[in-house]
Amino acid sequence: MIPSTLEYTKATSLDEALAAVKAGARPLAGGMSLMPMMRLRLAAPGAVVDLGGVPELVGICEDGDEIAVGAMTTHRSVANDPLIRQHCHVVAQAAAGVGSMTIRNRGTIGGSLAHADPHGDLPAAILAAGGAVIVRGSGGERRIDVGDLITSYLTTSLAEDELITQVRLPKGAGQSAYAKFHRRAIDWSIVGVGVSIGANGVRAAAIGVGDRPMRLSAFESVLNGGGSLDDAIAQAGEGLSPLGDLDGSTEYKLHLVGVLAGQAHAEASSR
Amino acid sequence: MEQTITVTVNGTAHTAEVEQRMLLVHFLRETLNLTGTHIGCDTSTCGCCTVHLDGETVLSCSLLAVQADGRAVRTVESLEQNGELHPIQKAFHENHGLQCGFCTPGMMMSALGVIEQHPGASDDEIREALEGNLCRCTGYQNIVASVRSAADEMARS
Repeated sequence: MIPSTLEYTKATSLDEALAAVKAGARPLAGGMSLMPMMRLRLAAPGAVVDLGGVPELVGICEDGDEIAVGAMTTHRSVANDPLIRQHCHVVAQAAAGVGSMTIRNRGTIGGSLAHADPHGDLPAAILAAGGAVIVRGSGGERRIDVGDLITSYLTTSLAEDELITQVRLPKGAGQSAYAKFHRRAIDWSIVGVGVSIGANGVRAAAIGVGDRPMRLSAFESVLNGGGSLDDAIAQAGEGLSPLGDLDGSTEYKLHLVGVLAGQAHAEASSR
Repeated sequence: MEQTITVTVNGTAHTAEVEQRMLLVHFLRETLNLTGTHIGCDTSTCGCCTVHLDGETVLSCSLLAVQADGRAVRTVESLEQNGELHPIQKAFHENHGLQCGFCTPGMMMSALGVIEQHPGASDDEIREALEGNLCRCTGYQNIVASVRSAADEMARS
């Protein structure tokens, strides 16, 4: 189908983009979620502002004990970046598995977080790594931990006039990995789990088991308390109540969380 | 809203006034009459509309035509030159890489993307590059064989 009538502008600077968003335009990042939604008329923004021409939103660089990733950096760039692969492997690995090559060539890390699809892989990977975002709006700039950014299905704590400008990934995430299960090559994950084993212990987060990326606190506390991986796997689903749907029942998804947490932990440990 | 855009398609610059909501795939098919690029789905799933934008494979159904303004697009029509089939087309012909042919333009453009960026691509890398292209005739084995053969041929020449 054809998107409904819209007014398109291409921002050439962050200030231009912020002004357009403040005036009501919908930000268009890689468009890999928004464009299909517009074609299906699930979304019909009267105006969109294309962020693809804003140079300060693209790029990856070291900044102290963090890696600063511009919000418009593509999945492909994140997946192939040596810094991210070394320090935050869970994020590079999740980015390498998003959709297909054509989708990774356009889709962006900031777009994935702002869209907040409950089956998106990157939010879980970034949460497992302990990442955060920098956002800017008319109230200035602020930093939000990824765990506080996504609040429910397709919903974030961003204000109407705020844009994610950067994703901050810790260099101290330690050994980390991402494991997911999906039925066919480019399908959304039914469940995905990111695990990092850093100086502050194990962090784990999952998607597909709630309305947002969920920390696997029982899994973490067993391992951080010196318990066995088997016990951690057995308790991984504690406190979670995923909805049963066409992808599988509640019990099946809880089973997957344990299996995938175990796989991600084993892979991270061996890295 | 209308906007005048100039897009270089297969080496030729085309200037046209388009509605801002027009998808790139409709610009190619309906404005330029380049109907080799197909539309198979509405959900960025099938890969039939795959083209190259400034050398990278993209889904032309998930981009607005105005987003290609000032940029270079390459479609399946660029492959055959002066009646001579491109090695990738020959390889699909020789290896029975198509049945109905609907997915073929997208398959070829994705295949060309991986061959050009990784001339020594392994079969696994070829399969990964084709993940976003669905074939409903289930011809994947022969498609991978076609791409393998084209990659080897292009590496020799």
